[in-house]
Amino acid sequence: MERGTWTVKAGLAQMLKGGVIMDVTNAEQAKIAEEAGACAVMALERVPADIRATGGVARMADPEVILAIMEAMTIPVMAKCRIGHFVEAQLLEALGVDFIDESEVLTPADESHHVHKHEFKVPFVCGCRDLGEALRRIGEGAAMIRTKGEAGTGNIVEAVRHMRAVMDGIRRLHSLPVDELMAEAKAMGAPYELVLEVHKTGRLPVVNFAAGGVATPADAALMMQLGADGVFVGSGIFKSSDPEVRARAVVKATTHYQDPQIIAEVSKGLGLAMPGLEIKSIPEKELLASRGW
Amino acid sequence: MRKIGVLALQGDFREHIFMLRQSGAEALPIRWPEQLQGLDGLIIPGGESTTISKLMTEYKFGEEIQKLAAEGLPLFGTCAGMILLAKRVIGLDTQFLAVMDIEVRRNAFGRQVDSFETELLIPVLGQNPFPAVFIRAPWIERAGDGVQSIAQLQDGTAVAARGENILVSAFHPELTEDTRLHEYFLNIVEARCKSKEG
Repeated sequence: MERGTWTVKAGLAQMLKGGVIMDVTNAEQAKIAEEAGACAVMALERVPADIRATGGVARMADPEVILAIMEAMTIPVMAKCRIGHFVEAQLLEALGVDFIDESEVLTPADESHHVHKHEFKVPFVCGCRDLGEALRRIGEGAAMIRTKGEAGTGNIVEAVRHMRAVMDGIRRLHSLPVDELMAEAKAMGAPYELVLEVHKTGRLPVVNFAAGGVATPADAALMMQLGADGVFVGSGIFKSSDPEVRARAVVKATTHYQDPQIIAEVSKGLGLAMPGLEIKSIPEKELLASRGW
Repeated sequence: MRKIGVLALQGDFREHIFMLRQSGAEALPIRWPEQLQGLDGLIIPGGESTTISKLMTEYKFGEEIQKLAAEGLPLFGTCAGMILLAKRVIGLDTQFLAVMDIEVRRNAFGRQVDSFETELLIPVLGQNPFPAVFIRAPWIERAGDGVQSIAQLQDGTAVAARGENILVSAFHPELTEDTRLHEYFLNIVEARCKSKEG
């Protein structure tokens, strides 16, 4: 009997597919998310929109907050650690969270190195902007990948950019002749073995969700149609005027992402979406997606 | 070729579809209750049982699946699927589909850090052990008359069972390359089709 193997870690991500993972800051919100059909929740102290508004150093959530949420849930509970902060990761593993998000939404603890994720029994999800970044994180042991998008903006444009970049990268690798793969691996800055695997299979070796800017059911379905295996919604639920209704609508749009009738139906009467931010209005040094490499 | 549906509301339904096609069956994702008509068998995949059950209720799958189960349609549930098929889920007042007389415990082994893989002896599949992947898995605490446990862990915990037309496993054969359990299910399907065809 072997615990924490790669199969078991990547396998949990497989179980989340077709689902919506929602950011929550307390047990009450977590219950609303679970009741709406979320397949997992992300336990946080502040949602990304608030982190963006408040500024300062954003760290791992208070263990008490995380434990209270774990206590209230039957679905998996995820929590975020800072990029490169392997002690926050150790601590989250000790708390027994089901998944760790090594996240650019928090202030990075290390500007050169990410956590060596193979060492952990708990699986990790990491953000990426293109295929090279995705494969670097998988090389370090990430059992699941998500687009970075631009968290806390309610603006889907960056998530679309990143998802298209990942998918284009996969299609390109799949079609290249094998003798060009080493040069491509060098150019992408990605481990050669993983480049070879994507070339052979024509897909990522792990599950890939969309994240960073999802605010409406149509946003969720858009990301699914672009090839996402599922969707993270951060501020989009609990910064909207009617979280319960919106949460249910996003779940349904994710399941039936190919069915415009359903998406139209669930998009009615949702109240106000979270306030959105134009990316160009954000000073470059405040962009979250450029954290990590 | 027999036509098997895989409930495609949430979870790893694509992996089941792949396994079924590899085992020589026609496999279809099922997103609406109307698509249940004309199937020779139905798989309820792994995923989050809470999520799948909410979506099943929302789109009124429950009664339809219960009716088909009563008529003898072969069903196969893995992990979340097993929870949804069980008559009783410990710690829960409500029932899901409740079509198999077993009592199951959710997240019985603990949280994700307690998830594991092991080699499991399943006598109905032959001598070679089966690579069993348990992810936040349930177990079978009690099985009623007419339900037979077909695999146990070393400590005796029942982790797979078969009723007349229903097969369940707490682990995920669809995450492996071993198609034997899917083939075993297809044998149940074949036997029922033959008996229907007279």
